[in-house]
Formats: sequence, C-alpha cells, structure tokens
Amino acid sequence: MTTAPLVEMRDISIAFGGIKAVDHATIDLFPGEVVGLLGHNGAGKSTLIKVLSGAYQRDAGQIFINGQEVSINNPRDAKALGIETIYQTLALADNIDAAANLYLGRELRTRVGTLDDVAMEAECRKVMGRLNPNFRRFKEPVKALSGGQRQSVAIARAIHFNARILIMDEPTAALGPQETAQVGELIKQLKAEGIGIFLISHDLHDVFDLADRLTVMKNGRVVGTARTADVSHHDVLGMIIAGECPAKAIPGPGALRDVA
Amino acid sequence: MGVTSETGSSPAQVQEGPVARFFRATEIDVRMLGMAGAIIVVWCIFDVWSGMKIANEGLFGGSFLTPRNLWNLLNQTASIAIMATGMVLVIVMRHIDLSVGAMVTLVATVSAVLQVQHLGPALGVGHWSIWIAATVVALALGAAVGATNGYLTAFLGIPSFIVTLGGLIAYGKGFGFYISEGVTIAPLDKTFKIVGGGVPDSWLGPFWSWVLAAVACASIALGVFNGRKQRMRFNFPLRPIWAEIFVIVMGCIAVLGATHAVNSYPWPHKLAEQYALANGIAIPPGVENKAGIAICMAADKVVRCADGLVYYTGYAVPVLITLAVGFAMTFIATRTPFGRYVYAIGGNPEAAELAGINTKAMTVKVFSLMGLLAAISALVASARLDAATVSLGDWNELYVIAAAVIGGTSLAGGLGTIYGAMLGALLMQSIISGMQLLNLPSAWQNIVVGSFLVVAVYVDQIYRRRVK
Repeated sequence: MTTAPLVEMRDISIAFGGIKAVDHATIDLFPGEVVGLLGHNGAGKSTLIKVLSGAYQRDAGQIFINGQEVSINNPRDAKALGIETIYQTLALADNIDAAANLYLGRELRTRVGTLDDVAMEAECRKVMGRLNPNFRRFKEPVKALSGGQRQSVAIARAIHFNARILIMDEPTAALGPQETAQVGELIKQLKAEGIGIFLISHDLHDVFDLADRLTVMKNGRVVGTARTADVSHHDVLGMIIAGECPAKAIPGPGALRDVA
Repeated sequence: MGVTSETGSSPAQVQEGPVARFFRATEIDVRMLGMAGAIIVVWCIFDVWSGMKIANEGLFGGSFLTPRNLWNLLNQTASIAIMATGMVLVIVMRHIDLSVGAMVTLVATVSAVLQVQHLGPALGVGHWSIWIAATVVALALGAAVGATNGYLTAFLGIPSFIVTLGGLIAYGKGFGFYISEGVTIAPLDKTFKIVGGGVPDSWLGPFWSWVLAAVACASIALGVFNGRKQRMRFNFPLRPIWAEIFVIVMGCIAVLGATHAVNSYPWPHKLAEQYALANGIAIPPGVENKAGIAICMAADKVVRCADGLVYYTGYAVPVLITLAVGFAMTFIATRTPFGRYVYAIGGNPEAAELAGINTKAMTVKVFSLMGLLAAISALVASARLDAATVSLGDWNELYVIAAAVIGGTSLAGGLGTIYGAMLGALLMQSIISGMQLLNLPSAWQNIVVGSFLVVAVYVDQIYRRRVK
C-alpha cells in the first residue's frame, strides 16, 4: 500500500500522575477500514483514543492525518479535522433534548444569529428517522430516554457532520441484540462510504465480525496488530491476557519477548 | 420523511384527564402557573388580614391589594429580580455567586463617590454628563468584578463558593468601605435618580403605560403566531387554535391588569402640588383648615384642594428596567448558543467540553454577566435610596439565591428558568412587604421568610418527583 494512512498515531505517550496510561503506542487506520482496539479495562485503549479526539493532550508522539502532521489540543481541533467520537459514557447533556444534543457546539443559526431550534429539530427528525425509526420523543430531555435511544442520539451526532474518521468507544454496551445488529449494519454502511473507524470493544465477536484489523493493548502498550483474518479468537485472547504475540501479527513494544 | 404522520398524537395520550389534556394543549408550564397562583393567594391573604386590622381600599378591604402597595411592591422587587435572572445562569452552570450583595455595595459606592465627590465639584452639580459617566463606570466595574470571580473559578480552579465568599467579605465592607470611608454618600445626581423610580420624571404616566401594554399584548400575539408559522413550516404538531387563543388572552389579561393597577396609583400630594406650582397649573384656593391645608368641596365631600390635581404614575423606571432585563435574559438563555451552552454545561460539563464548548471562557462570561446585573441593581437600589451606604447590598445575595431557588432553579445544575426566578423574587418580596404592612415583629418576618424558602423547595421537589 503506497497511500498514506488516514490516521497515524506514532509513539504516543501520556501519563497521569506518574502512571503511564499510554506508553509509546503506534496505531494507524486507512479509509474504509475498521480497526478494532482490544484490551482489558485500564489497558489504555480509551485513553489513546481520547488523545485523538482531543479530550486529552499527549505528552509525546505525533499524529498524522493523510500524511500531514496535525496538532490536536482540544475537541474542537479534532472535529475540525473530521474526527468524530462516540464516547463510552455517550457524553450527552441530559437536561436538553435530542436535537440540542445533536447540534451541541455547532448549532444551526438563523440569519440574526439566534438558535434555529425548529430547523435543528427537523434535521434531527430526519437523522433519527434513519437510525431509529421508532424514536418519537423529540421534545423531552435525553434523560428521559432509554439506553438504546440515548445511544442512537450519540451515534447520530457522530455521523451527522460528515466525519472522515469515527471513533466508537463501546458503541453497543447499552444495547440489546437487535440494536447491536443495527449498529453493525451502520458500521458496514459507513465503511462502504470510505470512513475510517476505530472500534473499541470488549466483545471479541463484534470485533471479528466488523473489524478488518485489530490492535491489542496491555498496560498502556501495544501488544501487536494483526489482520482479523489471520488470527483466531484464541490468539487474540492470548494477546489480551498474556501479551503473547502470534506469528502472523506485527508485534508492538508491549509484546512478550520469548527470545532473550 | 414520515414526519407528518404523527401530528397531534403521541403514545402518552392514552388515558389522561381533561386537566392534563388542557396543560398539554396549551403547553403552559404547570410550575409557573403554580407560582402565579401562590402569589395571588399570598396577596389575597395579606389583603384580608390587613383589612381585619384597619379597613382600607384594597380588593378585600385591606391595604395590600391597593394600587399604591402593588406599585411599591413592583419597585421593591426590581433590584432582587434583576440579579435573580443572572443567578439562574450561574446556578444552572453548577456554580454559585455569594458576592452579588457585596458587588451592589461596591458598585453603588463607586458610582456615588464619582457623582458626589468628583464629577459634581468638577463639572458643576447637575451637569448632564454625570449620570452617564456614573452609569458607564458602574456597569464596567460590575462586569470586571464578575469576570474576576469567573477567572479565579475557571482558570485557577478555586471553587466558586470560596471565590465569591471571599468577595462577599472583601468587596462591599472592604473595598466599598475603604472608598467611601464608611460614610453615607448622598445626595445623588438629579438625573441619575430617575433610575430609582422615586421622582416624577421616572414615571411613565398612564398614556405611555397603556401604549406599552398594547405593545406587549401585540408581541404576545405575534410570538404565538410566529411559533405557529414555524411549526407549520416543518410540519410539526400544532397547538389547537383554542389553546393558542387561550394563551394570548391570559397573557393580555395579566399585562392589562398590571397596567391598570399601576395607572391607578396617584402621585403623592406633595409632588402633585410641586408639579402644579412649577408648571403654573392653578390649584383651587379653597379654605385653609386648622392644619394649614387648603380644603375644597368635591361633590359632598371635603377634600384637600391639591387632590383635585390627580396625576397617575404608571410604570416606574425600575420596573421597566426589570422587565427589559428579564426579556433580554430570557432571550439569551433560550434563543442564543450562549444560553444553550450554559444549560449543556450544567447538564454535563464533561460532555459540553467534549462537544467543543470552551467551558472556561463560558464560566468567565456568565460570572461577568452576573456582575453586570449586580451593577444594574446597584444603580437602581442607590438611586431609589438617593444614597450609597456600606449596607446597601446586605442580604441581597441570600435573597437573590432564594428567589432563583424558589423559582425552580436546581442547585444540582442544568435546570432553571429566568421567569421562574423573577416570579420567585416577586413571591418572596410579597411575603416580606406583606409582613411589613402588618407590622409583624422583624424576628417573625425572618422566621417566616426562612421557613418559606425551605418549604417552597420541598414542595417543588415533591412536584418534580410526581411528574417523573
């Protein structure tokens, strides 16, 4: 492959109070590709991805988008680069309605600069109609919505603004089987549109179903990266639990070294 | 897009009584209606109670529901209501501002010292530019002090409770005392006093008050009509026509009722006499009685001759300022991205930050706005008193917070309305003035106001739990 990756995070490190949450991690992502990020709780997946989404500032390392080095210092920078994130916590403001959350931080305005709530609600009805056709509660604060409905608001917000790069942190955690399948369909559709997706998940089945490649992290370091087709569930579990890198994977700095 | 299909129907409509259907159709905020009801009940109780002591011309024979008392009530509420609108945004953002009373004292002191000790002697007392300079300096000072509170909170990470507690101690009785040397600064500039509502120049008079009322009624109708047009543009469910008309009629009744009340309050005799003398209007000579007052016959009654000159006050400037502030703040809170961000930050600060909102800058702006409103209050309060004293803003912070909370602002953040806080201020001031009217001992007044605050919040919580 000669084209530059859509995203390349090179040698990223970040520490909190002396604890290295992410330690020289390198990952990349190509257009139309889904890369699964796996690891235990506290392995550093969410932290690494929050560096990309602008929620955290890295201590060291570089980020390239389409081969160009970029500086991402806050969520606004990331959004300006077309990076959208669905956070594990959903990051919704509970006290305002779906449309207000959808457009939070980039509200539609009327000619005089006031909020165009009616237009936002109309757009919101369109988007939600696609994602979750049963959704009716446009006037209520999102606090009143079910877990699945809240999740669809968070997803709608990420895909509505022509994202090039999508980060999904446990996107199916709050969902039932049917809604999970819907999210799977959505990911395939976005992938076909050429969007690159980082998928963080605990669920191996999800990752094997949806991801083209996977990267495993342990104790803040990358154990290895492999094409999903080249490795088995068993291999991946070995990477997650023991840090053993199978033969067909490219080992990272966190891989167990069996040759001394 | 399948949007039109759900017009007017919703799954929750299965079994609701006529009352619930009425509130849904009119989209009236039940809490607001409850507060308006509470205010009316309190007014009636005080009128009946005061009537049992001394009969007067009030609606129920007391002295509370008289034009004079209602007019005074509105003017007394102004200073607290103005600040309560800002406190709503501060509390919605999960902060608190304990320094508003101290800011009132400080700002009033600075503007009074500027008028009386500096500009007056330099330009000549009564110079036209004095009130403008005093006002501009006051507003700038308030905004700057507020911004300082916000900066310390947002960028240095000191809890706003502590920052503004420090301000409560330092601003008024510290800086303010230092500047005024503890002396009452008076009298203030003549033009400046118009802001306080105590002089004839600050009264709109019946004609313009009615004009204002007509404009307000037209705006209500226009607002309802515009909302309907917007909903039609996007095929959203519409309110039934009768509900739209009901909202317009109720709004207009409230506006016209208030206008009628303030337009029934005559000028005090002294001012009417002064005005007549100054403008060459003849006062019937009449016969002097033993007290030296000229008396005349009107029909079969003996009255003071100056009573023949009746001028009605209409709305006073402090009330107009309060209404304008309330309108502007409601607009800011509900119609601008700024307001949307305030509520989003209150609902989930982390989410707001991740959505790209600059929460630190927002904190500075909201505190600065609070400071600006405290400055407006300081102008009104000092002009009303015609003086600045070191105790001018005492207790204000507590009344302002109480008004916001009684008006439904949640200290947990994310929840609160401007009009709620203003009604809260009116309700609280009604209780305070009513008790003063009845001449209850001040110890009892404090006990009642304090208890009322606690009970009001408790009732509000019960209501919220029920609604859930």
